Amino acid sequence: MKKELKIFDRPENVKKFLTAFYISLVVLLIVDLFIPKHGDFPWENIPDFFAVYGFVSCVSLIFIAKILRLLIKRDENHYE
Amino acid sequence: MNNLIPPPAILIVGALFVPLIKGKLKSAYLLLLPVLAFVMLLKMPAGKYWVVHVLDYDLIFGRVDRLSMVFGYIFTIISFIGVLFALKVEDDLQHVSALVYAGSAIGVTFAGDFFSLYIFWELMAIASTFLILARRTKASQDAAFRYILVHIFGGLCLLAGIIIYIQNKGTIEFSYIGLDGMASWFIFIGIGLNAAIPPLHPWLQDAYPEATVTGAVFMSALTTKSAVYLMARTFPGTELLIYIGALMTAIPIFYAVLENDIRRVLAYSLINQVGFMMCGIGIGTALAINGTVSHAFCHILYKALLFMSTGSVLYMTGKIRCTDLGGLYKTMPLTCLFCMIGAASISAFPLFSGFVSKSMIVSASSHEKLVAVWLILQFASAGVFHHAGIKVPFFTFFGHDSGIRTKEPPLNMLLAMGIAAFFCVAIAIFPKPLYDILPYPVHYVPYTGAHVVGQLQLLMFGALAFCLLILSGYYPPEMRAINLDTDWFYRKGGRLFNNVVDTVLNRINAISDRLIARAIPVWLGRLSRTPVTSLLTLYVKATGKKDLVIEDLKGDTRPEATTLLPMGVPVLISIVFLFSLFVLFVFLT
Repeated sequence: MKKELKIFDRPENVKKFLTAFYISLVVLLIVDLFIPKHGDFPWENIPDFFAVYGFVSCVSLIFIAKILRLLIKRDENHYE
Repeated sequence: MNNLIPPPAILIVGALFVPLIKGKLKSAYLLLLPVLAFVMLLKMPAGKYWVVHVLDYDLIFGRVDRLSMVFGYIFTIISFIGVLFALKVEDDLQHVSALVYAGSAIGVTFAGDFFSLYIFWELMAIASTFLILARRTKASQDAAFRYILVHIFGGLCLLAGIIIYIQNKGTIEFSYIGLDGMASWFIFIGIGLNAAIPPLHPWLQDAYPEATVTGAVFMSALTTKSAVYLMARTFPGTELLIYIGALMTAIPIFYAVLENDIRRVLAYSLINQVGFMMCGIGIGTALAINGTVSHAFCHILYKALLFMSTGSVLYMTGKIRCTDLGGLYKTMPLTCLFCMIGAASISAFPLFSGFVSKSMIVSASSHEKLVAVWLILQFASAGVFHHAGIKVPFFTFFGHDSGIRTKEPPLNMLLAMGIAAFFCVAIAIFPKPLYDILPYPVHYVPYTGAHVVGQLQLLMFGALAFCLLILSGYYPPEMRAINLDTDWFYRKGGRLFNNVVDTVLNRINAISDRLIARAIPVWLGRLSRTPVTSLLTLYVKATGKKDLVIEDLKGDTRPEATTLLPMGVPVLISIVFLFSLFVLFVFLT
């Protein structure tokens, strides 16, 4: 039997992973302030616009999907 | 061009010999066919050849230009990868139909006239149906039946358009058509159905998840992308496509978030990706068309990679639902890695292939100042990462440990995934070879500071939303369910139609059976045997004179059944009748 990978079984590894993730987010926010921009739209040049847009997009995606589920969810045998 | 064999012929004719070959030779033969087709492609200069003169028309089997060539390359490359992935499948039906399917897609790509196009188009639909049927389950049989019905409908729309077009223009050659008149609308709908534009899309998410593990790889690559090619050929710059495309990128991601079947999530994200391409075709500028073509190229590779890695999970564990899977990175680390490369590519992470292709389409939309479209495309880009980029690998390979312990799939499957993964990364790091074969000269630079950081922010903060929602328990839980889509109309509608027709027609049938087949002949029979009594009974019934005494009438009537008319009298009447008809006929004409 081959040895199994178990890195995410340990909570401290998950924690490390999340910490690295959060740090990279902060780095991205800071780096963006120093990048020269020539966007076609004025709002593309606002600092950290894409961070806000990405976050808002995904949160609204989930909330709309949750509402949509109320309307379209049916039993697995709906078409039987 | 007599020394070259048409690539579609290599695959389609070559496929017919597959059942005759056994063992190791068969594997070599299967792999050789796409390689041979690719070599032929490399030797084909631009131009029109393999022209066959039939019934006053010229069938053109080889219209080779920059647009058709890119699709020719990628279709042969993916055929090789698909064949390698399916090499161990012991089912000739699948090998033959996959090769015929791939050959027909290449045939569509190089067809320069409507007749040969239509033949390859229908061949593609038929061959792909067998890749669903070959799974041999009740669900797949049903899905295949719906799939072929929908494609027959699309094919007939295309055929109707083609016939009207030929009637109007007098030629079967085609290139740019544009939305103008009935013929073009029929052709547009025919192509659009194969491209899965809403509301004609549900066949895709209905059928692909029911296909065989290896069949789905071919399907994800060929049908929609040959439609993308044809759309780019015939309807570039059609404004309607911009809005259809934008809708197509947005709507499926909501479904993908809710869907439980991993391969169905991928099917929805496939529609979403083709949406970007439709949008690019609609914008129609050189940048947009380049973006569309390069995105189709990259998309075929990473989508096939995703279908291969999730297919491997299905192949090894027999399970494909989010609710049944989880924690597989422990025993399938390589498959997990390949899946994540596919996921990063579809999400357009910098250094993965989607980044160098999709961003051309998004940039084209901002160059044209299409504010709403640009916002939707960015929203969809974040959404893709959310469901295809994170959800698919997370619920399959990470998430809660499902307790499933399995191992990596066979070597040929790993190799096929490895090749696709290699392309996904290589194209992103060295996009120049891909840019060089695009239809228009490329001046696009994907790696600028603002673009890389902007894209990373969009994706990583989308990931943050996923992370926070999962940790806080707000993320909609995965559950076994069906989410209604527009196929409801024909799945429920078909049943309703069946019930209505069943009730109405069968009732009419029953009534006519009772009346015409039984009651009337019986009565007529009785009438001829006992005319007086029968008529009297009828008279009594009709008038309600119950007190009429039959005996009173007996004196006036002849005894029953003894003094019938002589045989000759009815015959005479008939002849007179026929003769008068004849006279009438003669005088009238």
